[in-house]
Amino acid sequence: MIDITMPALSPTMETGTLAKWLVKVGDVVKSGDILCEIETDKATMEVESIDEGTVAELLVAEGADEIPVGQVIARLAGEGEEAAPAKTGVVPAPTASNPPPSSEGDRAASGVVEGASQAPKPAPAPAPAADPVTGSTIAKSDGPPPPKAGEDLAVPAKTDGARVNASPLARRLASAQGIDLATVTGSGPHGRIVKADLEGASAKPAAQPAAAPSAAVASAAPAAEAKPTAPAAPAPAAAAPSYPPPASVPAEAIKLSNMRKTIARRLAESKQTVPHFYLTVDVRLDALLKLRGDLNKSLEASGVKLSVNDLLIKALGLALVAVPDSNVQFAGDTLYKFGRADVSVAVAIPGGLITPIIADAANKRLSVIATEMKDLAARAKDGKLKPEEYTGGTASISNLGMFGIKQFDAVINPPQGLILAVGAGEKRPYVVDDALAIATVMSATGSFDHRAIDGAVGAQFMSAFKALVESPMSMLA
Amino acid sequence: MTSESFDLAILGSGPGGYVAAIRASQLGMKVVIVERERLGGICLNWGCIPTKALLRTSEIYHYMQHADAYGLSVSGVSFDLAKVVDRSRKVAGQLNAGVKGLMKKNKVTVVEGEGRLTGATQITVKTGDQERVLDAKNVIVATGARARDLPGLAADGQRVWTYRHAMVPPAMPTKLLVIGSGAIGIEFASFYSDMGAKVTVVEMLDRVLPVEDADVSAHMHKALTKQGMTLVTAAKVSDVKPGADGVAATITTADGKATTDTYSHVIVAIGIIANIENIGLEALGVKADRGHILVDPYGMTNVPNLWAIGDVTGAPWLAHKASHEGVVAVEKIAGLNPHPFEIGNIPGCTYSRPQVASVGYTEAAAKAAGHEVRVGKFPFIGNGKAIALGEADGFVKTVFDAKTGELLGAHMIGAEVTELIEGYVIARQLETTEAELQETIFPHPTLSEMMHESVLDAYGRALHY
Repeated sequence: MIDITMPALSPTMETGTLAKWLVKVGDVVKSGDILCEIETDKATMEVESIDEGTVAELLVAEGADEIPVGQVIARLAGEGEEAAPAKTGVVPAPTASNPPPSSEGDRAASGVVEGASQAPKPAPAPAPAADPVTGSTIAKSDGPPPPKAGEDLAVPAKTDGARVNASPLARRLASAQGIDLATVTGSGPHGRIVKADLEGASAKPAAQPAAAPSAAVASAAPAAEAKPTAPAAPAPAAAAPSYPPPASVPAEAIKLSNMRKTIARRLAESKQTVPHFYLTVDVRLDALLKLRGDLNKSLEASGVKLSVNDLLIKALGLALVAVPDSNVQFAGDTLYKFGRADVSVAVAIPGGLITPIIADAANKRLSVIATEMKDLAARAKDGKLKPEEYTGGTASISNLGMFGIKQFDAVINPPQGLILAVGAGEKRPYVVDDALAIATVMSATGSFDHRAIDGAVGAQFMSAFKALVESPMSMLA
Repeated sequence: MTSESFDLAILGSGPGGYVAAIRASQLGMKVVIVERERLGGICLNWGCIPTKALLRTSEIYHYMQHADAYGLSVSGVSFDLAKVVDRSRKVAGQLNAGVKGLMKKNKVTVVEGEGRLTGATQITVKTGDQERVLDAKNVIVATGARARDLPGLAADGQRVWTYRHAMVPPAMPTKLLVIGSGAIGIEFASFYSDMGAKVTVVEMLDRVLPVEDADVSAHMHKALTKQGMTLVTAAKVSDVKPGADGVAATITTADGKATTDTYSHVIVAIGIIANIENIGLEALGVKADRGHILVDPYGMTNVPNLWAIGDVTGAPWLAHKASHEGVVAVEKIAGLNPHPFEIGNIPGCTYSRPQVASVGYTEAAAKAAGHEVRVGKFPFIGNGKAIALGEADGFVKTVFDAKTGELLGAHMIGAEVTELIEGYVIARQLETTEAELQETIFPHPTLSEMMHESVLDAYGRALHY
């Protein structure tokens, strides 16, 4: 029998939701066939089989969530092995009673990323929390004896994936004190965590600013020395107080998608732990709009059409390079200063938002940015981004101008140091050469992490951005 | 003078020294062990083992006298003291030979004679007129301890005995005074009482077995009194005067009342003194405190490459503590990463009738340490096997931290508890909480079921009482 386990589809993935089975017991699968769709905190991915055989058992029900990485989810009978008789009772996963995420919004929100085999190589395993099977998407176990189903399911669904080797007393103390055992080094036999190891271990803050995403940033950005500063143990969903809804109002209880949970956790973490400050500038767009028109005319033949946003992405990238002190990330006792500007672009998608990345935006030609962005946005809406396409980034841009929003303050996307919120370009009365004139102007507001970026640096950055947009020819230099 | 070189030299071959030697040999060291008397030290030759042989005799003797309770008819029960002692010596001799065999098997060089440190890593052994110099990369001092004498009165072995004399009695005491009610005092009191002596035990503190849980002390006091012993606590013995017909001694109780009586024999069991003199420690500047060598958690002294284990390093004065320290020290020397052990995980046993066994905090000590406790207690009378054995006296007490469920301590008194305690020791070593113990299956019918029941009782769930 061949065990199919819950794969680690991203470096930070610890649990996943089995969104959908694409095979059933008795199906013959060969290498490359899609077995199921797994919904992670960021996306839904298809899992390919790397083995051949007959599906003998599906051990996890569709919709079951928080299945730890490494847990056996199905078994294949190899050649010559007798496929076990179809089990009528698929063993319910811990939360199998939850409705499968097949509602429109939920599915669309998470989308499907094809090619699980293309999942990024995990960053150097940073932590005790490292998944046992990060090396490959599907763990293969070709030797008998297969573990009994009961044993697999006995794995508590909400652990960190791997069994934590800790004494019962240490487990209880850690739980009472809010210590994440994954962050504790065991001194007992075979690394067992014992009571004494917890002395000195501090209770884990609700969320660590530099937690999960730092690994991705470090690998994506050329700042090679930027090592993850914390184990890639995603903080548990921020323990938000749960209030009942007003009794008299009809309400529908909607189970949060993994994406919604991630947004809730990370943005709550950002607002609670990152000291934001905001700087707003008004930027005249006339020159940029004219340049865009000219460029689009010349690009017409190639079928590429630049959007205002594409130019703003480039301007943001260049501004970050021009003011390197703004292209930074705060990480506890370390500050990472990046040698490249990777711009995360907030894209609204049904059920949430996602931030695909234009890597090295400062040095990319506008046509390249436009082409990439078009592709990324389209695939984002289909939920088909690969993890490496939306993890990392050194700064973000969010544009709500198309909705007529004049100005807004965005929430920093941790662990990044800044996000630029762009409003609508609109004709406004504008003073030009001491005379009142009409100009196309937009308001742009930067939100900065004051731990990493001070007001003056933020102002320099905003000023550089404004100068680039108002003299857009410099972007072509 | 020629010297011989070793990786490790050990001074003293008691349960600390010889176990350290075996472990060192396993780790590939060339080891020499120095013993002035008999391999195995006090434990094997004059302590743990021969006393267990004696206590086995007194236990069987007791059963023979109460055979009727089991439906057996026995008459003319008597004993031959010389044979009783001879058996005990043979048991010791067998084990002594066993240690010799172990040393040989592990290729440990044994040097007989008085050894002393003539350098931090050098032992000079005097055997008769011969001197042998042993150089080693590391030296472990494991010279043990000896009985403490009464102030101004050395035990002479005639009528005033230490444990050592009491183990090879030339004559059976008729009226025995035992001074000190620690494990040694109580074991000899139990032996001689069961063998027919009229026994009085005097304890300076306010209860017998003062290191045990107060409930155990109280139960023991009652049990021994019922057996016919006289126990006097919070009392002092003075004016011990050996004479031709016996030993006069005055017992003064806390209220100042003094009683003078004459005893056939006196056993002095008021503690022990570490053997740290005349082995060259002073010249090396080895730090000691109140008669014990100061060591770090791995047994290292303040002098580089000089280590000490067992009784010379202080309480608890137990063979298994010495052995474990020996292993830890050797592994540290070998560059391994041993665990300094948790002192609260050293079990203590008293092999009297009834037996006593314990590990960890007493209830009072747990409270004094700031724990909010949950206490469980289960009596032997509630256990089927105990009743079948005719041993329905005693109890098992467990002390848990109310907040964390940590098993802080366990205290048992009754038949065979010395064989039971290890279950709780393992539980403590593995840091189990009440939950694992409650979920553990205990075989029926056994005395061990009481260990389960006691844990259940701590949480209001005892089934059979």
